[in-house]
This record gives sequence, structure tokens and C-alpha cells, in this order.
Amino acid sequence: MKVVVCVKQIPDPADPGEIDPSTKTLKRDVKLILDESDSYGVEMALQLVDGDGEVVLVSMAPNNEVLAMGADSAILVSDEALAGSDALGTAKVLAAAIKRAEPDLVLAATESSDGYTGTVPEQVAELLGMPSVTFAKEVAVADGTVAVKRQTEAGYDDVTCPLPCLVSVTAGVVEPRYPSFKGIMAAKSKPVDEVGIADLGIDAGAVGWAGGGQEIVAIEPAPAREAGEIVEDEGDAYERIVSFLEELKVI
Amino acid sequence: MEFAETDDHQAIREGIQRICADFNDEYWATCDDTHEFPWAFYEALAASGWVGIAIPEEFGGGGQGITEASIMLEEIAASGAAMNGCSAVHLSIFGMEPVRRYGSPELAAKVLPRVASGELHVAFGVTEPDAGTDTTRIRTRAVRDGDEYVITGAKVWTTKAPMCEMCLLLVRTTPYEAAASPTEGLSLFLVDLQDPAVDITPIPKLGRNAVVSCEVRYDGLRVPASRLIGQEGEGFRYILDGLNPERILIASEALGIGRVCVERASGYATDRVVFDRPIGQNQGIAFPLADAHMRLHAASLVIREASWRYDNNLSCAEAANTAKYLASDAAFYAADRAMQTHGGFGYAKEYHIERYWREARLMKIAPVSQEMVLNFVSAKVLGMPKSY
Ligand SMILES: Cc1cc2nc3c(=O)[nH]c(=O)nc-3n(C[C@H](O)[C@H](O)[C@H](O)COP(=O)(O)OP(=O)(O)OC[C@H]3O[C@@H](n4cnc5c(N)ncnc54)[C@H](O)[C@@H]3O)c2cc1C
Repeated sequence: MKVVVCVKQIPDPADPGEIDPSTKTLKRDVKLILDESDSYGVEMALQLVDGDGEVVLVSMAPNNEVLAMGADSAILVSDEALAGSDALGTAKVLAAAIKRAEPDLVLAATESSDGYTGTVPEQVAELLGMPSVTFAKEVAVADGTVAVKRQTEAGYDDVTCPLPCLVSVTAGVVEPRYPSFKGIMAAKSKPVDEVGIADLGIDAGAVGWAGGGQEIVAIEPAPAREAGEIVEDEGDAYERIVSFLEELKVI
Repeated sequence: MEFAETDDHQAIREGIQRICADFNDEYWATCDDTHEFPWAFYEALAASGWVGIAIPEEFGGGGQGITEASIMLEEIAASGAAMNGCSAVHLSIFGMEPVRRYGSPELAAKVLPRVASGELHVAFGVTEPDAGTDTTRIRTRAVRDGDEYVITGAKVWTTKAPMCEMCLLLVRTTPYEAAASPTEGLSLFLVDLQDPAVDITPIPKLGRNAVVSCEVRYDGLRVPASRLIGQEGEGFRYILDGLNPERILIASEALGIGRVCVERASGYATDRVVFDRPIGQNQGIAFPLADAHMRLHAASLVIREASWRYDNNLSCAEAANTAKYLASDAAFYAADRAMQTHGGFGYAKEYHIERYWREARLMKIAPVSQEMVLNFVSAKVLGMPKSY
């Protein structure tokens, strides 16, 4: 089985840097790290393949960490024309790159931790003409079919889907392994297929700032959190908390 | 001459940083306060193959040199794990080198793969209540009895003893008085520690409290002769062989602590405002931190020279001793200046500086004191008369 995982490199959320006022996007000149939400898909892919098959990572920035975790090879799309790509532009690029690998299964995170649009995986599936299953918390493959436990507000749905397909994986559902010492040493000699958009048959006008179908009109700092109400327990705290939650209609 | 760090070395730093990021200061403070061995941290390192980094590949290790091992330990210390983190793995990294070099092939094949995987913990027992710096004065005896040796005596400071299945133990097979010279008649054994004839008592101590160091009494412990490392009577020579790599690793651990101290202190000095200005604007605060940084930098260069010499089979005793001396000194200076910079908060547990300070102090004493390094350089490098 061949599994493609889509991964993204993002500025470290602990030290995210700044927004560029001219482009209204996050500056990416800081040190980039593997988006944690992608690490779950990587771990799932490695567990699914378990040495019998191939894990290929597809990314738009170099990523040694995933190769060190155990992925077999990478397709790296790098092209100056990609700067400023919105969700659809990104999806076009990823879809074209994934096609080169001819995978049985594509895994992606539900959403990235910097952009949070949460739309790329489904756009990729659509462009590839594949079915997609979202919010997977468990994934199993047997006889050309993927069986997914799909997270819902109330619990989960059992969903099956024929391969090839795309599954987006919820954060926190598996324990991603650390890159091992030997994995780190092996990573540098793993094949990385570095391609530009011309290799993928994509027109520069369809991606990046030029191809943007989305315009960022304004950026505002998030409103400061208001002070909460402190409930001192005088024996009836639970009643007051319950009625507060009822007022919010969360219970 | 080339000073740039290789991509591999950079990758080792990042790989260790990646793991250590999940074990923050609170984790280490809790381990220290509760005297709990840092199992979760140890297991994370073991599962990802780091514990065996310097054990040869034929035994399932990473096959790297002292340079790579020292980079790994420096980064563990620099993450804020300090000595609690380093001592948890230290002996597995290079402590079994005498077994590899001088032990029987059967013993090496039995033991080293389990050390490399992290499954087998080993301790090191040399120091005795009446023989620290003067190792030749140890009195723990091993007496041959058929296919076995019977070991009786007492060690102090055996680190990690309760967690360790085995201990590399230096004993006398010929008493001091009967030996042809003080360094003869010493033998090295790999003994089982968890035996009814062995009594282990932790020693309450200033710091590095996640990893215990213990008094260990051997009361007629029977050890198969196959656990003798190399030749009977040659133990002192085998131990000497391991001293230089040990010093290089300890120096790197000290360097890591020094780095985290300077980093925290310079951050604090920039943020903390007293008399309407950041305290780091006062040169009385800033200069010592700049000084500490430079001292650490100098030590790091000697560490690199020493490890390079060792890995290239060149004599390295002077460089290894110098590295240990300069790094321990710079690290404790950095910790002390970090405490001064933090004022009262430096003394409070909340900022972790006091933990670094307690742990940085250790390397000026153990595994070899600063004075013994000065003795070495005075006598062996400068050729002056030996003082003892
Ligand atoms: C936390 C900790 C962990 C340890 N772990 C281990 C372990 O796992 N295994 C193990 O075997 N040992 C261990 N040790 C022991 C350590 O190696 C010794 O403490 C160290 O070698 C010093 O020996 P000593 O304590 O007997 O000091 P002593 O030999 O009594 O020396 C006391 C002081 O006198 C100085 N001095 C002595 N002779 C001279 C001289 N000729 N010239 C100048 N100064 C001199 C020394 O430098 C020192 O400052 C550990 C110690 C500590 C504190």
C-alpha cells in the first residue's frame, strides 16, 4: 500500500513572529517547524503501512522531520510563484503533486495550525476526483476499503469508503513518534523529488498571489479576553456553575 | 581548520531538542522535588534509539563517537533538564566502553545490545567512603572461590543503583599492601546489583535529586568468573581508559547548564524593570552575563577539540581535563550570575535557577574534582613535581 501524507511547515506557535502588514499574512522568514496537527496523519500512515508499503510525504517546504519519523520519500514542490497561495491554490498544487505518487490513500490534517481554513483536504480530493472522509479518529484499511471512525459531536460514525480516497485526520488521536536517532541519520539519504509548478503542469497565474481567489481585506488583533467570573464555593458552587452553563445553552 | 558544525551534528541537536521540548522545567522540578527517576523522559530517549548513540552498530547502537554523544548530552542539559536529565542516561552512553574493549565477546554480546536499547541500566561503583580521589586505596575485596568470586566491601555515591540491574565495579583482588604497586591488584567486574547480598541506601544530597546516588554494601556477593572484565589485576588501567571520554561528556553537560542559565538570565535582565529601567541596562548585571557567555564559549571550543582528538585516536588527556575544568567553572559561574540577576526570584523554585545552580555545582566535585585536574596539568603537562 502506498500512503501519501500532506504536511505543512509553519512558524513555531510558541514564537510565531509577525504579520506582514503589506500582504496581511504571517511572515515566514522565521524558523519553520512541522505543524503538530500534521504529525498525527504521519503517525497514522506509518502505523497503517507498518513496513509493508510506502509512505510518501507531499509538502511545499522541505521537511526532514517526517522523513526522520520514517516516511520513505518526499515530493517537495518549491516555486517562487507559490508565495501567497490561498487554500484553493494550495490544493491545486498538492493535488498535482499527489497524482505523481499514485497513492492508495491520502492522509491530511483536518486543518493547519497557522491558517485554520480547514478546506484544503476536501479541495484536494475534489481535484483528484477521489472520495474524502473527514475528522477521522481511527483509520483501518482492508480489501481495498478504508474503514474510518469519524468523530462527531456526540461520538463517532463508522464510515467505509473505497480506495483510493482522502482521509483528514483529527488532532490528538495517535501518539506521534519522535524522530529516532537512526531515522534522523537515514533521512538525508531518502529520495526527495523536488518539482516546480511547471513540472506539475500548473500555470503560474493559477497559484500564488496571482491566482488568489481570496482577498484578505483586513486583519485585526483578537479581542482581549474579558475577565471571567470567579465562583467561590460556599457549598452551592456546582449549582451556580450548572445554571451558568445552562444559560449559555451548552448543557 | 574547520569550525562549522556538520549537518549531522545540527540534526542531533534538533532531534534532542524535539524530545526535550516535551519535558519542561515543571517536569524536572517535580522529578527533583519528589525524588522520582525521570522514567517518561528516559523511555522517550530509549524508544527513539538515543541511549545507544555511542555503542557500536554491531551491538544495536548508533555507532557514533564521543563528539556526537557530547552534543546530545549538552542539548539535554541546555533544555533545562540539567543533570537530572543527563545523569539518567549518562552511564549508558559510554560507561560500558570497558566491557566492549576488554570484556569477553560473549559478555559484550549479552550486555551491550540491552544497554543500547535502554532496557539494561548500569551503574558504576568506584568511590568508597575512605577512597575517593585516591582510587588505589579502595578496600572492597573480591576473592576467588572456584568458578566464582566473592565480593565484600562498601561503595559510596553509586549513582542510579536502585534502578540498575548491573554495576561495573572496581575491587581489589590483591590488597593494597600486597600489590607490587598501588595501581596493581585492582580488578573490574560487571556484577548483578539486585541481589540479597547487596544493600543499597540512597544518600540525601543537595541537588540532582531525580537521580539517586547511594551507599552500596556488598556482603559476600557471589559473581561468576565470566563477569570479570579482561585480566585480573588490570582493572585500574581499564578504568583510566574511560576517564577522558567521561570528562568530555561531563564538560558538555556543564556547558549545557551554563547555556540555559545565561539564556534565562539575559531574558530576565531585559524584562525586569527596577528604578524605571531594565536591570540588564546596568553593566553590573550585564557584564557578568557577557563574561559567562564567553567563558562557556571558550570551554565549548576545548570540548570540541578534546572530542575530536578522542574520536581520531589522538592523545586527549590534556584537552579532556581542560574541557572539564573550564566548563564546570564557567557553568557554575553562569548559574551563580543567573541567580544574582534574578535577585530573590533566583532563590525561589519558580524560576528554576536555584535547581540549575545546585546541579551546576556538582561538576566541580564529581566525577573528578577541579583540584585533581590542576594536579594533572601541573604534573603531567607542565612537568612539575607531583604533590601527592
Ligand atoms: C552526586 C554524585 C554522584 C556520584 N556518582 C558516582 C558514581 O556513580 N560512581 C562512583 O564511583 N562515584 C561517584 N561519585 C563520587 C565522586 O567521583 C567523588 O565524590 C569524587 O571523585 C571526589 O572524591 P571524594 O568525594 O572522596 O573526595 P576526596 O577524595 O575526599 O577529596 C576531598 C577534597 O580534597 C581535594 N583533594 C584531595 N586530594 C588532593 C590533592 N592531592 N591535591 C589537591 N586537592 C586534593 C579534592 O579535590 C576534594 O576537593 C559521585 C559523587 C557525587 C557527589
